[in-house]
Amino acid sequence: MIYEGKKRIWKDYQKEIPSDQYFYVRSCIRQNFFPGSEVTFLRIMRDELGKVIYETEFHTSCSGIGYHTDIVPMETTMTVVARQFALMTEAGYENYAASCITSFGLYCEILETWKHFPELEQKIRKNLKEATGREFKKPKYVAHASDIIYKVRNEIAARGKYRLVNRHTGKPLRVVEHIGCHYAKMFPHKGVGGAEYPYVLAGMVESWGGEVVDYPERRHCCGFGFRQYLVRANRGYSIANTHKKFESMAPFKPDMIITNCPGCPYFLDRWQYTIAEMEDKTYGENGYGIPVFTYEEVAGMILGYNPWDLGLQVHQVSAEPLLDKIGIPYDPAAKYKGLNNKDIDKPGKPTYMKTVP
Amino acid sequence: MGRLYDKLSADVRYREGLRACIHCGTCTAICPAAEFYNYDPRKIVNIVQNKDEDRIEDLLKSETIWYCGECMSCVTRCPRDNAPGLVIIALRSLSQDEGYFTESEKGRQQLALKRTIGEWILKYGYCVYPRHLSFELHPEAGPVWKWEQENLDDVFERLGGNLDGKGPGILRKIPDESLDELKRIFDLTGATERFEKIEKASAEKAAEMGLEDSEYFVKIYNENSGEHS
Ligand code: SF4
Ligand code: SF4
Repeated sequence: MIYEGKKRIWKDYQKEIPSDQYFYVRSCIRQNFFPGSEVTFLRIMRDELGKVIYETEFHTSCSGIGYHTDIVPMETTMTVVARQFALMTEAGYENYAASCITSFGLYCEILETWKHFPELEQKIRKNLKEATGREFKKPKYVAHASDIIYKVRNEIAARGKYRLVNRHTGKPLRVVEHIGCHYAKMFPHKGVGGAEYPYVLAGMVESWGGEVVDYPERRHCCGFGFRQYLVRANRGYSIANTHKKFESMAPFKPDMIITNCPGCPYFLDRWQYTIAEMEDKTYGENGYGIPVFTYEEVAGMILGYNPWDLGLQVHQVSAEPLLDKIGIPYDPAAKYKGLNNKDIDKPGKPTYMKTVP
Repeated sequence: MGRLYDKLSADVRYREGLRACIHCGTCTAICPAAEFYNYDPRKIVNIVQNKDEDRIEDLLKSETIWYCGECMSCVTRCPRDNAPGLVIIALRSLSQDEGYFTESEKGRQQLALKRTIGEWILKYGYCVYPRHLSFELHPEAGPVWKWEQENLDDVFERLGGNLDGKGPGILRKIPDESLDELKRIFDLTGATERFEKIEKASAEKAAEMGLEDSEYFVKIYNENSGEHS
């Protein structure tokens, strides 16, 4: 009954997501730490589904991390974002796809603020014209890239070679989903499912055969906190919040974690290593960690892409135990190779957390 | 009203973020920073709502405004549609504009953020640029990331990146004309001015503490008095 009620509430937050014709803007953090995910997004949308996703080399950081570390003033960030909108306008697009939650949250915040303060929007238009000569139209639709994968999730399932099912037991895999704070906490109506019952990742998990794990700290922040991670002296904040989430989810024995945000997979993956080094404690089975994925990586696994093309080798927590559970084949010898099988040495081993070499 | 309060209330983040707080404490209950630090967003909202100049000045010089993680979890939960996280952003802006941020250990860290994230955005067009990250500053990132850093070009090539390359793609070299536009935007809209203010106030503080520039940087980036929680 409660579940049915939740489904009804989810319906109120369904967005009409365009499935094609996007101006795509990359994420600084994801380009650095999960390059394979953006490659996979484009591969699925363009090669697999034949959609038009346009990108330009001229876009820059939205300056959002600078804004949320408080070194970049609001007017500057608004004008940088206006410049991205101008690039979209010049390229003839109206749908804007952000690969980053911090950006997505900022775009929503800026468009909303301009609604309440139209004189500010005029000022930003003047700034942009003066600084760059450019003009812009506001996007008709702003999507986070995960909204688009959510939109095509059933097509991915239909084409998929694998499902989120344990091949030994035949049972659905137990999946923790982590949405990322700026996706829907500020503007619940902009996110699929809102802030109470975010459905963007849960929808993918269900479509692909898995089972979503509900646990007490499901909506707790991953602990990034911008300055709270970026300055070394503050990192206790970051790991303490991640620790809280792992302690809360551990009794539910999740098989894997799927994430929405640029930062969250980084922290949920790396801090498992650090917690193990500090406390000799691991959260996965048999001394391994719980594997953490981006939504594109999971989509790529479902579609049967080579795990090393997805970039699973750059995770600290080994993905192989999960690949084995699903039955996805991989070549262990190719894991840490460069292009064309080029030999580049291998990473060292953690002290406590087990990893697959 | 007072000078500081007037400035604060001219900030749209403040106007969007604070209507009337009823001191229910919901924001504090949900706040990840309140759990870790000796921090209470409800109290901060209360101080600014009371418009007391002296207390606002103390706040701008304090550690407490730097504890928030800007996660905005409070925004979803406040029964009065306030946004304590946005009020914090407005307070931090004012603290830097007034040069008060160097009065607190956590506030002084703004120099480190300006010299990393801030300068990378201008120089490369990315807020994080991999050739400037180092394992020494991020030992928590683990051995796989260390391997990746040591083999950056090969790893990016393998994964379909375009590190420092021409045309679109992952970590491409952003064309100079785009970086020039970014610089002009920073100059025109206040970011360059803020950067200069951060440098100037930090240099004065370093001199007052008897530290060379590099010693000051190392200190603010690493030091934690342990008196925050
Ligand atoms: S935005 Fe700041 S005050 Fe609000 S919940 Fe997050 S850490 Fe707490
Ligand atoms: S949740 Fe809102 S009303 Fe309650 S104390 Fe916080 S800011 Fe005030």
